[in-house]
Amino acid sequence: MNDKLYKILLFLAASVMPVVCGGVVYALVTDAYGAFEHFGFFKFLTSSEWSYTEGAEQYGALPFITGTLMTTLLALIFCIPFSLPVALFVGEYFKGTKIAAILSTVTDLLAGIPSIIYGLWGFYTLRPIIMALDISPQGSGILTASLVLAIMIVPYAASLSAEFIKMVPNDLKEGAYSLGATRAEVIRKVVFPVAGSGIFSSYILAIGRALGETMTVTMLIGNTNNIPDSITSTGNSMASIIANQFGEADDLRLSSLIAIGLILFLITAFINLIGKMLIKRARIA
Amino acid sequence: MKKIFKSAVTFAVALAMVACGGNANNGGREPQELSGAGATFPLPFYNVIFEQFGQLNGDQVAYGGIGSGGGVRNLRDKIVDFAGSDAFLSDKEMAEMAPVVHIPTCMGAVVVAYNLDSVKELRLSGEVIADIFAGEIRMWNDERIAALNPDVKLPSEAIIPVYRSDGSGTTFVFTDYLTKVSPAWASKYGTGKSVNFPVGQAAKGNPGVAGVIKQTKNTIGYVGSEYAFAQKIPYARVQNPRGEFVLPTSATISAAASGEIPVDTRCSITNADAVGAYPISTFTWMIIYKEQNYSDRTKEQAEATLDLLEYILSDEAQHITLEVHYAPLPPKAKELSLTNLKTVTYDGISILI
Repeated sequence: MNDKLYKILLFLAASVMPVVCGGVVYALVTDAYGAFEHFGFFKFLTSSEWSYTEGAEQYGALPFITGTLMTTLLALIFCIPFSLPVALFVGEYFKGTKIAAILSTVTDLLAGIPSIIYGLWGFYTLRPIIMALDISPQGSGILTASLVLAIMIVPYAASLSAEFIKMVPNDLKEGAYSLGATRAEVIRKVVFPVAGSGIFSSYILAIGRALGETMTVTMLIGNTNNIPDSITSTGNSMASIIANQFGEADDLRLSSLIAIGLILFLITAFINLIGKMLIKRARIA
Repeated sequence: MKKIFKSAVTFAVALAMVACGGNANNGGREPQELSGAGATFPLPFYNVIFEQFGQLNGDQVAYGGIGSGGGVRNLRDKIVDFAGSDAFLSDKEMAEMAPVVHIPTCMGAVVVAYNLDSVKELRLSGEVIADIFAGEIRMWNDERIAALNPDVKLPSEAIIPVYRSDGSGTTFVFTDYLTKVSPAWASKYGTGKSVNFPVGQAAKGNPGVAGVIKQTKNTIGYVGSEYAFAQKIPYARVQNPRGEFVLPTSATISAAASGEIPVDTRCSITNADAVGAYPISTFTWMIIYKEQNYSDRTKEQAEATLDLLEYILSDEAQHITLEVHYAPLPPKAKELSLTNLKTVTYDGISILI
């Protein structure tokens, strides 16, 4: 009897998530439909016009898709040289030592800082440095946003990677050492191949965070509705255009913004799916 | 402990009775709860005013800063007592709903703020501002800027225009002005709450734009006066149709409405042809229905609505505009509005006598 009740409760609790997820997709699709109907789905995806002129409104998502992908990709590139060493330090070289514990706690603390704080730091500290170095005259732009995003996603990538590196069986490593391998060789030949899929999945998680980050990006990207022509120029990401314009938008513009939200949802889901598939393949091999 | 609690309750009750004592001056009307929604631009002013008004009569006013467009939508759906709007309703919008009355509540302006090393005073004309924001004038030492500022040493640096990334009444007033003074701007970009600015970078809200300007050399941008005055950032003198270079202040903003105003007060006062007028000034309005009996509203609610508007037009309330960095209405606008309030009815009978 008790068991049955348990089963029912678990089933109900578990079914909440798919229902919520389905509801979100349903709401996004119905509200975005107006924009897709008016502009056509592919036209909306590939148009770079974002023009408010009354009667001749033109909304296309390409500048924002480009902005999101550029900031995310750059953030990922900038984040690897910081997160991978931290993961190796904590998970392999100084595994179980006090200093590793301190380092991993500090890194994890970074994840707890609200994004507005990162935004303010980027705005008041990093932006003037970018201007002083003459990288761009206005300081804001894809590069500035990416740099701050990179710092924001380091803890996600580092702490999870470290866990996977820790989980590499000692037998394997000892086997390699007994064959005369150096520590660097063990990392390259044993740790990375074994923990590789796990490390990869931690970066997928980090990308997920970077894709949807709104506040920080809005404060630093410059908010111009054009396709960025270089990494120092200004742009807008999908999340930031929604945050910027949701307030006063109605009718077609509102529908277009929700359509961008739907596309962001799909991109995030797609990247997660690819990540899961790759991990599976790595496990089989 | 219990005793303290008891005396606290007694005190609170006494306080409430004292507060209710103030009700005598509204003709024995019960305190009402009013709701409005709309423009965010006058929000700081309204917050103070509604509190003062509440102390007077015990009426509660709830106002949602959801943007002018949203406020007008709510009024059209008849779910609020009044709408706040930075833009008056067009003839087309007026035709789509029951007759309404526009009551200007205070005045504000859009200032042209800049960040230039060692430039203390900057003079600009409307056409020059339009060409800067259109990307036609790209350098600070452009001869057209230099011609307006013969005594100022302008740097040989690129201008970085800063504009609003979100839809805003501030953008509307600014582009309304540019449309009036520059035919090129009018044909290419026009007036709106969001406009496709071709150059520069954008930031969210007045704080965002002001923050970017403060932090970035060689920038120029437009900021709501209520925010700029409080923040004390440098802003330009702008040339009005009389050829005067005017700094925005409460006096020069009020001066912009000193000319002719239509009876229903629906007019744009940007580029106003008046002595000492700051050319990028604006009214902000509260809009109510002429016939107050709708959506089951009581007569007392209608009376409270008019009490509120009368209070806002009073000298006492208008004086508060200065404290919160807005500008008071000129006498003419007040007079017209008081007359307009008398046309408001409940069941066809005028409420104010």
